[in-house]
Amino acid sequence: MNLNKVLKGLLVAVPVLTLAACSSNNETDAGDANANATQPVVADQGLSDAEQLRQQLEALRQQNTIYFDFDKSDIRSEFASVLDAHAAFLRARTTISVTIEGHTDARGTPEYNIALGERRGQSVQKYLENLGVAAGQMSVVSYGEEKPVDAGNTEESFAKNRRAVLVY
Amino acid sequence: MNFRWIAKSMMVAAAFMVSCAQASLEIIITEGVDSARPVAIVPFAFVGATKPNQDIGQIVSADLMRSGKFNPINAMRMPQQPQNSSQFNAAVWDKTGVEAVVMGTIKEVGMDRYTVSYELVDVVKAKGGVGQPMMNAAGRIVGGTNHILHASEITITGKQFRQYAHRMSDVIYEKLTGERGAFSTKIAYVLVRDRQEYRYQLVVADYDGENEQVLLRAKEPLMSPSWSPDGTKLAYVTFERKQSQIYIQDVYTARRSILTSFKGINGSPVWSPDGRKMAMTLSKDGNSEIYVMDIASKALTKVAPHRAIDVEPTWAPDGKSILFSSERGGRPQLYSVELGSNQVSRVTFEGEMNLAGKYTPNGQAIVMVNRTNGQYNIARMDRTTKFMQVLTRTYLDESPSIAPNGSMIIYSTLHGSNTQVLALVSMDGRFKARLPATNGRVKSPAWSPFL
Repeated sequence: MNLNKVLKGLLVAVPVLTLAACSSNNETDAGDANANATQPVVADQGLSDAEQLRQQLEALRQQNTIYFDFDKSDIRSEFASVLDAHAAFLRARTTISVTIEGHTDARGTPEYNIALGERRGQSVQKYLENLGVAAGQMSVVSYGEEKPVDAGNTEESFAKNRRAVLVY
Repeated sequence: MNFRWIAKSMMVAAAFMVSCAQASLEIIITEGVDSARPVAIVPFAFVGATKPNQDIGQIVSADLMRSGKFNPINAMRMPQQPQNSSQFNAAVWDKTGVEAVVMGTIKEVGMDRYTVSYELVDVVKAKGGVGQPMMNAAGRIVGGTNHILHASEITITGKQFRQYAHRMSDVIYEKLTGERGAFSTKIAYVLVRDRQEYRYQLVVADYDGENEQVLLRAKEPLMSPSWSPDGTKLAYVTFERKQSQIYIQDVYTARRSILTSFKGINGSPVWSPDGRKMAMTLSKDGNSEIYVMDIASKALTKVAPHRAIDVEPTWAPDGKSILFSSERGGRPQLYSVELGSNQVSRVTFEGEMNLAGKYTPNGQAIVMVNRTNGQYNIARMDRTTKFMQVLTRTYLDESPSIAPNGSMIIYSTLHGSNTQVLALVSMDGRFKARLPATNGRVKSPAWSPFL
């Protein structure tokens, strides 16, 4: 939510695509973005494009991780706003590409987890594509269980490791 | 593009020279010594001035104990310490319950030259019987030599002691069990040292963890090492270019070449039994599928395609079918595909899921990771009776790899708080051991073929 505010402030006017695939929740968010985007905030601040980009990326990197349920690869609704913000940025910055890293917890075999991690990355990719991001701007790499952020083996650690990370 | 590629490969090549590291694995036997057969490895007599620092008797003893089939008795419990079979007193050994005795001498015959001779004596046969050698009143053997199962003499350097001791263990094991010994084999594995810049290392060591050699150091993960059937090469997966790629590397020259670099997953390479093809997992068409690549021509064949996840191919010993894990029935289970007809059949039904299937060398059983009640353990299923036996009780077991003689499975597991270590379990589940690393996490073990 916080991220969204920052981004909306920085975004230049973006034609918002209304997509059949979007949930009603997404449409509300998109509407807000449209309203804000009509205000020429960025130009008034007189920031250079490079500086704008730097600030946008900094904001996006604050919230770049989507978490998943055990053995699942579908996007939980709580991450819709995070992905909306990334989608809006990528639509506005068509020359920028993002790598979506897919990760799993340590349960299951490493080779199976590579496939599961890829599926998580792909589901983020598909979600962004449905929000109008060009397929060519995105790539998916799965690290499976190889790069845990938390090396513990409690349920809490596992939950932190089941993730997709958007890397610019 | 092409030039950049070459330059980049050269830079990487410079970064990984074959180098020695101190042995970081030891073996702690946790279960199964009691049921093992008692044998005696008499300390070898040494004749000479400069004693080599490797103790042949100790190495052989440790090998036999780690096989899970033998329990070498302590030297303190030996009724005598004969140096050869003519000094062997069958009567005193008969009372110990020891089945076989290994005895020998090491003679220094020149500058770093040693003549090692040893004999393997069967205590039961030495005791006598119809057609067998007889003991005289003093317990000495008179008559035949049937009780000497093996006798051998060789001249080697001090540096060759360890290797020769493993060869001795191979012979002794085969004479006593009828099954080929696997003590002269190696294990490849991935060592992860979290605080180092090149935190991922591909390591090859003797099966007992000695003679560790680092084949590759990388900043990004290394996965799925797999031996060529002739034991000279490893295929593995790297992420050094921020995507998965399959490489083939010569174990002895460190020369390596890229095999695949498709979009998406380039995973789990496994050599065919004839060494000409590589089975692998690729997701270049958007979904992880099993492929077979002809290594020379790089021609690809997709096998058993399905929109569900298919991973972890492994060859049947005859090379005619491939076993793999698939979610096509819901949760992951093992399936087999005939390569000629592309006909798919489901292999496992027991448990919540089964992954990482491997055929035993004789093809009679399948070893896998089984999940039952949320626990991931190593299990073995007989292919004829379909009887499934869970072999381990360790936590989060994965990556089983079978010794080339089919006696033992090495796998990776969690031990203690969160340390990934290698562990061993015998094919019948009775013998269990752990190979804790002194520094770092150890995973993805791959047992070499006979070398």
